[in-house]
Amino acid sequence: MTLEVDIRHRLGSFLLEASFAAAGGLTALFGRSGAGKTSIVNVIAGLIRPAEGRVLVDGEALLDTSRGLFLPPHRRRLGYVFQEGRLFPHLSVRQNLLYGRFFAGAARRGDGLDQVVDLLGLGALLDRRPARLSGGEKQRVAIGRALLSAPRLLLMDEPLASLDEARKAELMPYIERLRDEARVPIVYVSHSVPEVARLASTIVLLNEGRVAAAGPTAEIMQRIDLFPLTGRAEAGVIIEATVEDHDEGYGLTSLRSRAGRWRLPRIDAAVGEHLRLHVRARDVMLARTAPADVSALNVMAGVVAEIRAGTGPVVEIRLDCNGEPITARLTRYSVERLGLVPGAPVHALIKSVALDRRSLGGLGRAGRHGVAGDADAGDA
Amino acid sequence: MEWMVLSPEEWTAVRLSLKVAAAATVVGLPFGLAVAWALARGRFWGLSLLNGLVLMPLILPPVVTGYLLLILFGRRGPIGSFLAEHLGIVFSFRWTGAALACGVMGFPLMVRAMRLSIEAVDTRLEEAASTLGANRAWVFATVTLPLTVPGIVTGLILGFAKAMGEFGATITFVSNIPGETQTLPSAIYTFTQVPGGDAGALRLTLVSIAVSMLALFASELMARRASRRLDVE
Repeated sequence: MTLEVDIRHRLGSFLLEASFAAAGGLTALFGRSGAGKTSIVNVIAGLIRPAEGRVLVDGEALLDTSRGLFLPPHRRRLGYVFQEGRLFPHLSVRQNLLYGRFFAGAARRGDGLDQVVDLLGLGALLDRRPARLSGGEKQRVAIGRALLSAPRLLLMDEPLASLDEARKAELMPYIERLRDEARVPIVYVSHSVPEVARLASTIVLLNEGRVAAAGPTAEIMQRIDLFPLTGRAEAGVIIEATVEDHDEGYGLTSLRSRAGRWRLPRIDAAVGEHLRLHVRARDVMLARTAPADVSALNVMAGVVAEIRAGTGPVVEIRLDCNGEPITARLTRYSVERLGLVPGAPVHALIKSVALDRRSLGGLGRAGRHGVAGDADAGDA
Repeated sequence: MEWMVLSPEEWTAVRLSLKVAAAATVVGLPFGLAVAWALARGRFWGLSLLNGLVLMPLILPPVVTGYLLLILFGRRGPIGSFLAEHLGIVFSFRWTGAALACGVMGFPLMVRAMRLSIEAVDTRLEEAASTLGANRAWVFATVTLPLTVPGIVTGLILGFAKAMGEFGATITFVSNIPGETQTLPSAIYTFTQVPGGDAGALRLTLVSIAVSMLALFASELMARRASRRLDVE
């Protein structure tokens, strides 16, 4: 699957001028509120008709203003999962699920109802009305409904945004399975770093209606020059790691990545399983010498690769730890006191309990796809 | 209790009224729905003109509406003569004319109820349906229409109740012919005009009250059932 988007559209005083391409896997349209993410998805779906531009899926034009071509939404064969679910209140869950399937026609029907019901765990809900579902259940039904319309591409507009943390945690594994098992490419709108860090194979970073950067998730997340856009509080690298063993006595799990050994509170994963770990820059501490008598369990040796100081008191640093990037946010005072300059050897300290478990997710086959065609940078 | 029994003539008036009101609402339904749709969703020149035209019978004296119908739909009227000649539909001094008058008088109420419920339909659900492959006709049939049902039911009942009670426009347009155009209100009016007609007027009044109460009760019941099915969140 390939998706090409190149559009210009004015919405009031806001100018949307975005151009990007995406391959398979999960492509995250990532950026702050008002960056134009939802507008782009609506253009792809045909709910907004832009002033100018083209949208191509697998080379087929859904929109091409230069040729006066505009395919209406019902002929685009795209699935759309809206932020608020938008289930039909007058139909049962089963009827909702089968709605798009009816229009897909017998020839294009992909997965059967049973498969989708299994994938999303909807078995017990089939005869209920949408009003009797929880927020997370509604979103799962909405995802199933979109999947059953046999779409070429699944558009998801902040499908977790209206849910509380517990519901988000409950739904994310389903989206991972969708990415890895359903083989439908996904365009996923989000402003949440943990979601994107966990789910995205490719990131298209948007800022004020324009594409600021695009590339494989790990590559974009390690760029400290993009921190102002990825959101300083949550920004940080994606580490691809393998589960080494579990220490049942202390309830710890060890992971191995290129940078070294990571330990974190026991997680539910099999030994040998590949995981992605999101390490927030603000949770990383630096030391010039190997620290003794320190509580932090994760100490990675590396060298300073890049320092970015703004005008404020905070400085962003990217380290190279045996070929694996780790980012850190320090005060300018500390950077000067330690005499940190590019090339200086340092040790990165990360508290085990600070590791972001929300964004800890499976790597997924889709992790191998990307805009630039190479997301394997983190693999040994 | 002898006085409670309806005479054959009175029965005729009751039956005729039910027939006229039913015809007025059933035939009016598609027109009402189309106009309600246009008013709720339409973006065209003349929208406010259409709105004014639909509301007219509510504001004009019924006699004026009846007289306008007589001019337009009478045997020599421009529309009446056309319909009589090409479709064989004659309104003047027929029960069909009474139904037309009742339908026109009830039309604004019917349209208003339907329009409000179409406006209340969440257009985002219609968008969702279109992304799932439904074209405009399917979206209307499978999403908009079912969600509008409570308003349609209310509109039908209001239209029916209005048709049962319509007097001024009917008597002006098609007169007061027993068995043909003499509906309940016309019959009651006739009773009040003759000596000793009090008992008949009272009997028909009671029938009129009973029918209205039944209609109201039915509309409550159906509206409640419809809203329970939709489960307002």
